[in-house]
Amino acid sequence: MTAGDARAEILARLGHGLRGGAPGAEQRQGIVARLATPAATLIPSRAALDQAGRIVLFTRQAEAVQASVERLPGPAELPAAVAAYLRRHNLPMRLVMARDPLLTAAPFAASMIQVRYGPVVEADAVGLTVALAGIAETGTLLLASSTERPTMLAFLPETALVVLPSRQVLRAYEDAIAAWRATGEGLPRSLNFVTGPSRSGDIEQTLQLGAHGPRRLHILLIDEPAPAGDGASDAA
Amino acid sequence: MQSTAHAFKANVRAALADQPLQQALGMARTGFQQKRADAAARLPEFEALRDAAKALKDHVLGHLDLYLEAFEQRVVEQGGKVHWARDAAEARAILIDLCQAAGARTVTKSKSMVTEEIGLNEALETAGIRPIETDLGEHIIQLAGQRPSHILAPAIHMTKERISALFAEHHGRPPVTQAPELLAEARAFLRQRYFEADIGITGANFLVAETGSIVLVTNEGNAELTQGLPKVHVVLAGIEKLVPTLEDAFVLLRVLARSATGQEFSAYTTVLTGPKRPADLDGPGELHVVLLDNGRAGMLGTEFQDMLRCIRCGACMNHCPVYLATGGHAYGSVYPGPMGAVLTPGLVGIEEAQHLPNASTFCGRCEQVCPVRIPLPKMMRHWREEQFRRQLTPPTARYGLKLWAFAARRPALYHLGAKVTSRLLGWLGGRRGRFASLPLAGGWTGSRDLPAPEGQSFQALWAARQGRGR
Repeated sequence: MTAGDARAEILARLGHGLRGGAPGAEQRQGIVARLATPAATLIPSRAALDQAGRIVLFTRQAEAVQASVERLPGPAELPAAVAAYLRRHNLPMRLVMARDPLLTAAPFAASMIQVRYGPVVEADAVGLTVALAGIAETGTLLLASSTERPTMLAFLPETALVVLPSRQVLRAYEDAIAAWRATGEGLPRSLNFVTGPSRSGDIEQTLQLGAHGPRRLHILLIDEPAPAGDGASDAA
Repeated sequence: MQSTAHAFKANVRAALADQPLQQALGMARTGFQQKRADAAARLPEFEALRDAAKALKDHVLGHLDLYLEAFEQRVVEQGGKVHWARDAAEARAILIDLCQAAGARTVTKSKSMVTEEIGLNEALETAGIRPIETDLGEHIIQLAGQRPSHILAPAIHMTKERISALFAEHHGRPPVTQAPELLAEARAFLRQRYFEADIGITGANFLVAETGSIVLVTNEGNAELTQGLPKVHVVLAGIEKLVPTLEDAFVLLRVLARSATGQEFSAYTTVLTGPKRPADLDGPGELHVVLLDNGRAGMLGTEFQDMLRCIRCGACMNHCPVYLATGGHAYGSVYPGPMGAVLTPGLVGIEEAQHLPNASTFCGRCEQVCPVRIPLPKMMRHWREEQFRRQLTPPTARYGLKLWAFAARRPALYHLGAKVTSRLLGWLGGRRGRFASLPLAGGWTGSRDLPAPEGQSFQALWAARQGRGR
């Protein structure tokens, strides 16, 4: 038995069950067309709101799944807000951060916080990264892996801090997909839709936070438009 | 896994007498159902989304070979590898080859029912490779040497006390008893394993043909650590997991969490496309996708095709009076509850699993809550017919049915028989009005009384009523 045999045999079984044989050119063309022009899907009307309404809904939904949300006027206020959060939770003034223009432009150097860039390691207690978008419908963050934003920033540390430009709060997941399509680029290796901190109900169906991912998820909503060329603009 | 589905009746008797199990199931009974009902009520479009989800799966199944080819092409273009497995043995061989090629000693796994279906863990252990289950529920049952008793909540049959005892025995730590402490201990124990693992193995909730992406859904975040930390990520997925585009995946995702746990959305939905890019700071250097048939292709074009719509949400078992009384282990197979009662005979044969399609009251709630509207009771009836055809039904039932069918085709005889029997039973029942035991009815009277017929039959009453009306 070779691998090639298995592939051919499975496809033959499928073709036989479906139409008594291999697909014709017309059927093949139909699927090519279906994939080239994604069908419009049903999007719940819940988040069909203006920007202000979307932010209210996003905040409510994120808080309903045990995330916390804080709104800031601009990136300049980030270091102070992060420092206050770390103090509030009795965490060390140390974090691993995405080398994202939005964060590198913020005055962390002038703060008490010790910042490290690069890959995330087990000892990192706090991670700070930037979301591509927020989804109002369910209070979901969309994170994308890149050279600047390792995926593990929002998964390994016990506390995940995520900056979200408030103009990036979209209605539904499909809006984020549409924004990606408009770029004409391929997908990043990892897209993470994150709805609240990590959780498990495996012990007698009681909700426990921090199963493997973060125990705490804090979202910093930033109002002021970020400088041009930042990582978030690709979902605009 | 080794099926014990043939022993369903004995398994059920043991389950009903198992007090800790009954205590654990009692907690499951109300939670899941109420949460799903609340989630459905919060979304006005929920029923329309279920229709869309069903239509989407039907479309994909109708063109499954073409979507698989498209998916394969996209995975390969992005530097991943695709492997095809006709059956469980072939899939195990592929996975072990991949582990050996990577020199793997330890693999982490995030919860995957399809790896249970092919019996992967035993095969890995036999090959000298240590599988580490990372989902909390899977971790608990791996320590206990058990099988999942629910496709979503594998340790739903366990009480906190039992989990506490298991952890104390296996983690080498002082015993803890409260849920937050138990979770923290498992987290610390498993965290080290992620870094030790050479390969991460996951299933897939969906495979996206357009982009060659793998969609994983978890609440714990264990799939992300499982695939993101080791050097190699291997995905094992049934061939029915395809969706055309990313937008299509969200049609199913919107009904999945709501049907499963009543959440608006699971905590983590991850879309993975290809291996680590040269400039990425993390991610696996190799990505392999193993596509498993194992009887699925053979269901296309048959009365069981609809079963391939299943997205493994568990709503059918959460609403099944039989499952909620017996738990999942009684089914003796990987997939319990109504979906298992339909799927298992196809996987292990109707001879082995003949009791499962009969483990139903046909109350129909499984079909009512199924997000992709699979007609589960209808398919259980198909299996019962198949059983009858193959003469697997016990002789007493077969002859009983034949006798009944003989009478039912002769109305005069039937009415006479019913009249005589009901009068006789009414007279024998006497003032007590019920029987504690009755010949040929031991199956009924073994656990409850049989009420004696009273008064006239419906037919007689109806005839009298018609007569009066004229």
